[in-house]
Amino acid sequence: MSETMKPKISIVDYGLCNLYNVSNALEHIGANITIIDKPHDIEKASHIILPGVGAFKNGMRGLNLRELVQPLKEHIEKNRPFLGICLGMQMMLSKSYEFGEIEGLDIIDGDVEKIPKINSSNITHKIPHIGWNKVIINENVRNHHLLTGQDDKSSMYFVHSYRVNCNNKDNIMATTNYNDVNITAIINKNNAYGCQFHPEKSGKYGLNILKQFVKS
Amino acid sequence: MVSGNLENKSNKYRMASNIRLIARLDIKGPNLIKGIHLEGLRVMGNPNEFAKKYYNDGVDEIIYMDTVASLYGRNNLSDIVKKAVKDVYVPITVGGGLRSIDDVKYLLRCGAEKVAINTAATKDPKLITEVSRKFGSQCMVLSIEAKRNGDDSWEVYTENGRQKTGMDVLEWAKQGESLEAGEILLTSVDNEGTKKGFDYELIKKVSESVSIPVIASGGMGCLNDLSKVVNDSSADAVAMADILHYDRSNIKLIREHCQENNINVRDYEA
Repeated sequence: MSETMKPKISIVDYGLCNLYNVSNALEHIGANITIIDKPHDIEKASHIILPGVGAFKNGMRGLNLRELVQPLKEHIEKNRPFLGICLGMQMMLSKSYEFGEIEGLDIIDGDVEKIPKINSSNITHKIPHIGWNKVIINENVRNHHLLTGQDDKSSMYFVHSYRVNCNNKDNIMATTNYNDVNITAIINKNNAYGCQFHPEKSGKYGLNILKQFVKS
Repeated sequence: MVSGNLENKSNKYRMASNIRLIARLDIKGPNLIKGIHLEGLRVMGNPNEFAKKYYNDGVDEIIYMDTVASLYGRNNLSDIVKKAVKDVYVPITVGGGLRSIDDVKYLLRCGAEKVAINTAATKDPKLITEVSRKFGSQCMVLSIEAKRNGDDSWEVYTENGRQKTGMDVLEWAKQGESLEAGEILLTSVDNEGTKKGFDYELIKKVSESVSIPVIASGGMGCLNDLSKVVNDSSADAVAMADILHYDRSNIKLIREHCQENNINVRDYEA
């Protein structure tokens, strides 16, 4: 594929995390990468990825400092492709309870809370949740183009201490089960998607999510 | 040997969580090596050829350890990691000789997902908190080299099991957790490379003392050793070295063994 033919993906750098693995995985699947950190970059971008690891508060501060919140919301309202990964997904929600209550991008109605340390059978488990878990795709989105290539073996690599709750269940595409605690795995609204796991570190199934996003 | 009562304890932390199967690559210069008790090295070849194979076989994570970093005073794995991440799309942990936030930042920029820190953390425990606060606790793996004392306790060692610290392993593991380490990589210096099985008591005691994941390392000789360290010692992840490097088994067979023995692992078909 010639350089000009390659789909161009913009990755938002808001000073918090390592972008290398996300951009490396995207290059591997044949995308052209631009790292962006200015409001006008977002206005020009077709596909945006918001990666992220770390605390919600720091993430939102990073976006606010760079005045990226409004441009990101506009990008999504215009129905342009957007993918939030891990913290990038969590920031799509209305608010988080990580260190007090903090406002998010409010693209999807709901909140972010600590994963319960004790499940319904009163069993304590380890937080952060680190490791591979099967992604359970909701029946009604099984044929969604983002999920082409996924099957009943699809497991992804998760690393997180907080989970996403959506008020409107239609925003949930897939979940996972961590010791009987339900975790939202993929969310969607318009052309905006979020995944709690790291597709860039989830082997071929994760790379497939990125491939399908790039095609959207 | 493992006493009877160890085997009857419930796996309260495990339930449905998947055990992670991790390949551990000990590196000297450009080569994968394998020793006994973390010493006496034999050269195996290009580490990334091994890593690629393990990735294609469905390994869950890979750990690269620079075994000679302390001699040079720094980690020399950046080039190897940069190349590895072009072929390997599962998390990579890098350890050996990391001493500062800048060292960690550099390795993460090269594509590492996590760092394993031993010596520098024993000398300056607050480094654990600094790394965790800066890059997230998921990135901060506390590497503990444990050597058994005569009396059912274990001492923390550094420099590949050569240097005593006088620190108690259980106390250090708990302190590591309170300093916000995200995981513990627990290597038995006594059992490493011996193929005689893990130090089950060590792994069990540490695993029950902390609520962060514990990766069992050192001594896996056969597949039953893995079931035992998971079932009896509540290991959350298993690091494997020469059983893979010498092809005594492979990730596919290990995964099947786990599934046959009711150990939850990720579903994978190569």
